[in-house]
Amino acid sequence: MTNKSKRILPQILTLVLVVLIFGFFTINAQMNMSNRGIDFGYGFLGQESSFDVQFSLIDYDGSHSYARAYLVGLLNTILVSVLGIIFCTILGVIVGIARLSTNYLIRTTAAWYVEFFRNVPLLLQIFFWYYAALRALPLPENTEPLFGATYLTVKGYYMPGFIWENFDILIYSILAAIISIIVIRSYAKKLQEEKGQQLPVFLISLGLLIVLPALTFITGIVQLEVELPVLKQLSKTSFIYDGGVSVPPELIALVLALSLYTATFVAECVRAGIQGVSKGQKEAAASVGLTPNQILKLVIMPQALRIIIPPTTNQYLNLTKNSSLAAAIAYPDLVLVFAGTALMQTGRAIEIVSITMLTYLTLSLAISLLMNWYNKKIAIKEK
Amino acid sequence: MKNINILKPNRDNFRSYLYLGTVLISLGIFDVFLRSFFSLNFLSFLPGLLNFLFPFIIGLIGLQMIRLEYSGVKIVDFINKNINNNTFNAGLTLVIIFLTLIAIPPSFNWMIFDANISGNTKEACAATEGACWTYIKVWLRRFMYGMYPNEFHWRINTAFIILISFAFVGFFAKGKFKNYLTFYYAIAYPIIAFLIIYFLISGGSFGLEWVETNAWGGLSLTFIVSFFGLIFCFPLGMIFALGRRSELPVIRYISIGYIEFWRGVPLITVLFMSSVMFPMFLPADTFVDKLVRVVAAIVLFEAAYVAEVIRGGLQALPRGQYDAAKSLGMGYWKMQIFVILPQALKLVIPGIANTFLALVKDTPLIFVVGLSEVVGMLQMAKTNPKWLGYAMEGYIFASILFWAICYAMSRYSQYLELKYKTDR
Repeated sequence: MTNKSKRILPQILTLVLVVLIFGFFTINAQMNMSNRGIDFGYGFLGQESSFDVQFSLIDYDGSHSYARAYLVGLLNTILVSVLGIIFCTILGVIVGIARLSTNYLIRTTAAWYVEFFRNVPLLLQIFFWYYAALRALPLPENTEPLFGATYLTVKGYYMPGFIWENFDILIYSILAAIISIIVIRSYAKKLQEEKGQQLPVFLISLGLLIVLPALTFITGIVQLEVELPVLKQLSKTSFIYDGGVSVPPELIALVLALSLYTATFVAECVRAGIQGVSKGQKEAAASVGLTPNQILKLVIMPQALRIIIPPTTNQYLNLTKNSSLAAAIAYPDLVLVFAGTALMQTGRAIEIVSITMLTYLTLSLAISLLMNWYNKKIAIKEK
Repeated sequence: MKNINILKPNRDNFRSYLYLGTVLISLGIFDVFLRSFFSLNFLSFLPGLLNFLFPFIIGLIGLQMIRLEYSGVKIVDFINKNINNNTFNAGLTLVIIFLTLIAIPPSFNWMIFDANISGNTKEACAATEGACWTYIKVWLRRFMYGMYPNEFHWRINTAFIILISFAFVGFFAKGKFKNYLTFYYAIAYPIIAFLIIYFLISGGSFGLEWVETNAWGGLSLTFIVSFFGLIFCFPLGMIFALGRRSELPVIRYISIGYIEFWRGVPLITVLFMSSVMFPMFLPADTFVDKLVRVVAAIVLFEAAYVAEVIRGGLQALPRGQYDAAKSLGMGYWKMQIFVILPQALKLVIPGIANTFLALVKDTPLIFVVGLSEVVGMLQMAKTNPKWLGYAMEGYIFASILFWAICYAMSRYSQYLELKYKTDR
């Protein structure tokens, strides 16, 4: 065998094998579908869905199309993931730092938290919060207000809603603040590199973020009204709170379980990152004459973040994928609405499962592409 | 000037500071202890918030008073170094101690002193305020074996005992038999395991009654699914890891595609696929058992993760190892099997163990296809009209069960990591 055929033959064989497997599946699928009289196609997406969804961020009812139902599910998935990511980051960073604390009790408590929550299956945790912990909450009519005007009841969490006037102007003002912050930052960087001066960038940014939106309020362009939840009697024994924003218990349980579970992994990433920066770096920075704040900001954090961010992004991805467990407690996420109810109604297994999987795949690949780009950007450039 | 700050101890009269501080700390802890264990509140004459914060405040003052470096008293030095090195830490220490004190009485009462384990019916628990462990006791067989008929449980037990004893063969192999161990674990053992489970648990021959896989369940199903997941996803993952590092572009891109695809989708959709979509891809008259489909889905899914972990090990090996193997005239397979893989696998033991832990923790998801292992059986028991209202006990039981299994596995992986650690 020549060297060339040694390279080409295995490749051809693999390719043939893959093509054969896919061909086998396709032919079978075609035969099965023609046997059952189903035709393949995505036309059903435009049809009327005629099922209702309990919790939706956009306007939706049975008269809308399946495509709209898909969007409802996707938005609910994104809502859970974003909330989960925010909470697990906050908790994970705190616990990660606590694991390196000089205080023995704090260190041990954090270690116990991590060891316990990451060794119990996520599904079990979701069930625990939903079926055991949240079910112990009081009924709406017996609930004491929490933080003044919010109510945590067995039927969900009721918060005051905000009614905005000229909300878009507020958004524009925040955008303007962010853009000016970016400009100031780059200017500060230039100043630092050229003249060695430092601007209090953080304080200026914070000030801009507060002052610009506040201005729109003071001038009276943007107005805000608060709508308080009010107890309403539905029937003799059934009460709910009306008005304001209501968070269903499924969402609470899901976000709680997801963030408590993922925070353990984030905490480990944070700990590894901080430990990964060698002590010599800190000492070297101190001997150059940097202040403790500057050491943290300019020496430790840039290096620690380089270690922390890639695995943490991975955990965020895992959280997004794990949010599909929502189906187990009937939170209407993508899997429940689309791969559950819509599939049951239309019977189009291949189309619906493939769309669902492709959605998650796109989400994951997009995030990992973003992360690869970021990784390349912050990687140490060796000469 | 120094003596103005009365909270700061000085070395000359440290003794008096120490006694006063200790008394204050003990008073604070004793107050919380009385409040939580005996519901006694001696300070109820104080206004609300002050009453509530009083033990914290005097505890903090006490800890301030004993904080002195190199005080000469061993135990004080120990406390100062570990839990009392600044005001912030002292406050956190007190919060943790107080929270523990407050949490102990209700949780112990609920779990042990007020709990009930006697009797066999729900009525036995009617009078108890605490946990009803009777519920766990009655349902224990279901949690362990699912709906598998009671009189055949010995079959599952025997199968597991035989499986475990076959797994230990490696420890007794001596001399030239040791060379065949890899072959034994990679190829022979999975086949033996499958046959044992098929003939003993499934039955249908040798006079054993056939039991549908639908009836399997509980912890034994968790073990079966994760066991087959483990032994099949490892070789598959190894193949794709090597494929991803291959120099042949077609093989590399196919491997990348495979790994990225499975890593990008949630397991629950994969299980959905295996239950609703997969039958469409098979010839019309073939029937594949539900459990087999589930295990196949889990294996395909986890193999992608295993592949990524092993790839990490392969990448971590210095180029010199490859070059040295090639310069000895080894071919691709010889080099991988005798030089690269043994070293790479050693490096990735923690990663592999984490993936396997994830696999065990993912097994409850098989509820989507209608198979119920421990968590699934809990859901079933919870909705049983005779046993409503004991969800908490069930979840606590299952958490402890899974925690013990996973914790033991992670400890074992740490042991393996140490055992195979070779300094280079």
